[in-house]
Amino acid sequence: MSTRRAAILGGNRIPFSRAGKQYADASNQDMLLAALDGLVARFGLQGERIGEVAAGAVLKHSRDFNLTRETVLGSALSHDTPAFDLQQACATGLETVSILADKIKLGQIDSGIAGGVDSASDAPIAVSEGLRKVLLQLSRAKSLRARAAVLAKLRPGFFAPSAPDTGEPRTGLSMGEHQALTTAQWGVSRAEQDEIALASHRGMAKAWDSGFFDDLVTAYRGLSKDNNLRPDSTIEKLAALQPVFGKSLSTPATMTAGNSTPLTDGASTVLLGSEDWARQHELPVLAYLVDAEAAAVDFVHGKDGLLMAPAYAVPRLLARNGLTFDDFDFFELHEAFASTVLTTLRAWEDPKFCTERLGLDGPLGSIDRDKLNVHGSSLAAGHPFAATGGRITASLAKMLSTKGSGRGLISICAAGGQGVAAIVEAA
Amino acid sequence: MSDKYIDLISSGAGKNIAKRLGLPQPARLRRYLPGAPVIDGPVLVTGPASDAGDAVRTTLLDWRLDVRRHAAPGEKLGAIVVDFTSVAHPADLTETSITVGGALRDLKSGGRIVVLTRPSCAGDDAPVAAARQGVDGWLRSLAHEMRGGSTANGIAISGDVPASAPSVSGALRFLLSGRSAFVDGQFIHVTSNAGSLPEDWELPLAGRVAVVTGAARGIGAEVARVLARDGASLVVVDVPAAGEALSKVANTVGGTALQLDITSEDAGQRIIDHAVARHGGIDIVVHNAGITRDRLLANMAEDRFASVVAVNVAAPLTINEALLASDKFTNAPRIVGLASTSGIAGNRGQTNYATSKAGVIGMVRATAPRMESVGGTANAVAPGFIDTEMTARMPFATREVARRLNSLQQAGLPVDVAETIAFLSSPQAGGVRGDVIRVCGQNLVGA
Repeated sequence: MSTRRAAILGGNRIPFSRAGKQYADASNQDMLLAALDGLVARFGLQGERIGEVAAGAVLKHSRDFNLTRETVLGSALSHDTPAFDLQQACATGLETVSILADKIKLGQIDSGIAGGVDSASDAPIAVSEGLRKVLLQLSRAKSLRARAAVLAKLRPGFFAPSAPDTGEPRTGLSMGEHQALTTAQWGVSRAEQDEIALASHRGMAKAWDSGFFDDLVTAYRGLSKDNNLRPDSTIEKLAALQPVFGKSLSTPATMTAGNSTPLTDGASTVLLGSEDWARQHELPVLAYLVDAEAAAVDFVHGKDGLLMAPAYAVPRLLARNGLTFDDFDFFELHEAFASTVLTTLRAWEDPKFCTERLGLDGPLGSIDRDKLNVHGSSLAAGHPFAATGGRITASLAKMLSTKGSGRGLISICAAGGQGVAAIVEAA
Repeated sequence: MSDKYIDLISSGAGKNIAKRLGLPQPARLRRYLPGAPVIDGPVLVTGPASDAGDAVRTTLLDWRLDVRRHAAPGEKLGAIVVDFTSVAHPADLTETSITVGGALRDLKSGGRIVVLTRPSCAGDDAPVAAARQGVDGWLRSLAHEMRGGSTANGIAISGDVPASAPSVSGALRFLLSGRSAFVDGQFIHVTSNAGSLPEDWELPLAGRVAVVTGAARGIGAEVARVLARDGASLVVVDVPAAGEALSKVANTVGGTALQLDITSEDAGQRIIDHAVARHGGIDIVVHNAGITRDRLLANMAEDRFASVVAVNVAAPLTINEALLASDKFTNAPRIVGLASTSGIAGNRGQTNYATSKAGVIGMVRATAPRMESVGGTANAVAPGFIDTEMTARMPFATREVARRLNSLQQAGLPVDVAETIAFLSSPQAGGVRGDVIRVCGQNLVGA
């Protein structure tokens, strides 16, 4: 079976906002719709039937049933556009890109829109298990007497809501605490983390100032720029912050609010298509999605850190494509935490880890820091979980298009010990 | 924003009270609806015999209108076309004036008077020049006398241009139709035989690619809508901060949104590249983006003056240079600038704004000749008091007074400005060059 190339034609996201700010009252559907309609407007796709739209959210309400299809129905796209939801924690966005690209490569669809959205502000709050059972019984109770009997079972404690947290169900540890273990294991210093954070803010501030995001972002609800961005951040300011994760460990706690990503609201979309479809629609190709690889690690038994899966996904992806780090011009390593990037880089440079765990002959290699997260990354932009993959893919495609040649590597870690990596190539 | 006053005096007790107190009685204006006849009712064509009169009669008959040489007493007229192109002495104006005066009472509400004339020139014989200039005062005074939402406008046809020129027909149709609802007491100058009639008058911009700056809201959004309705493909441009509103406009008109600061050095090239790559060309550019930073000159800070000039006229100047240098902007292209009656008459507290808007008039006058070789035109529209988000912020009393200070005793709507821009963007306006059309209901201020 012959395959064809999957082109990245552009993207659109709304500015990312720290939780509880401008998008506090926006639902997942509101934000995904804004990102999608902005994409439709940028590319003149009104009334167009797209092959398939795939998106998802990590924090999802029960009302978000069929979220992506409902969003398409509310958008300016043709209502004949099919859509589906996907959820792979923080890798959701990149996974939708990967799946739609594969469908394009196989000729199943000619065009696709990948995306993701998350609201940490409008997160679903479940009622307690006790209250939920009472409410279900109440709905089944037929008589007034039966209802009264059910209501009599209510206890004050039932009314405490069961708020979502970022804890891993199998360990009870939050993502930050998990990463703190890994950070300590790899001996990553506070100073290194703060440097990564500073570089992220500076790179992203520069990109905003240069107009890099003019055709990647559409303002929403009065916000026209990522409001987590701290253009005036300094090493001194970052160094002054109190650690928030790893405080119970025997090693010094190094992870702060400055070198960890905050809870964020936002949505992103990426337009994909075959080269023919792009030509027919007079859309220039920015880049191609070459290949992608997912990996998972056993963090439950502590064999690897929760966020170390990309360390496995990348070498497998490189081997399959016959590439080394030298073949790349840009590296987009999602910073759930600055130390995630640092521990991953360290792992790839470590002969023991690379031979024993990755099964390689020697170290995978080092990454030129000048090529790493050049236009800033999650620490500066914020990280609405499912929206991060779309943000990175569209930005990287534009960077490669502007450069006119080369390759970029994306790596995103995710809850559940998972990770997804992808290769993007300039058109 | 609705005009509550018009709502109040349009019927019942409010109507009677307004009449008795001698209050202004603005009428609901007849506005263009696709598919509606150019004008409802017979059209009287009058004036001293001339070739122009015959040409106009032929044009009107082609449009299947009911054309009359003489008004039947008591019969309601849709419009009166007055041909003054052959007048050689002011005395030649008398007989026709009395005829028109007698027919005025029979003009339907929303009716039209369109006068055809030749502009006076230094080389004319003095009596000819006096007669021609006389038409100017005649028309401007008559426009003040019109009632019931009717308007009076003129077409000034330069000496060697025949009355059968595409732009004479184009201007005539524009002025007769509801598209010119808020244009009153104005002359459209046809200075050449250039231009062409559209295949379909309902879609005069079919196949054309139009760029509108400042399109996220207000007049710009309406311009985009009207140009799209007339058949154009749209590129809507605004600053990134207005992106949310801009994308809604783009999705409404089926165009593409281009987020761009027009004051950036490469704005012109980016506009051209986008339009050509995504729509296959660029034919019409509407410089609508504009800002106000009002302040008495005595209190004016340098950046307030500079920023208004930069956005309102310097950016269009720079973009025009990119357009003129491009081999893509050569198919009978159109540039339309947004001037303002403030730029013509001046306005207290608006030296910066008036400077920039008067500058737009100078800009199109000097740009138009440079576009002639490719059948292009550059013109400006000067809105008067238009109901927009901007004017809605004015204090109530000031706004109410400002609204009534014109012959139609009401504010115009963004669509009125948009219709005039659409006319100047059309193929039939190819003979209108470097002109300024006021859309002000014959406001008392301004030329």
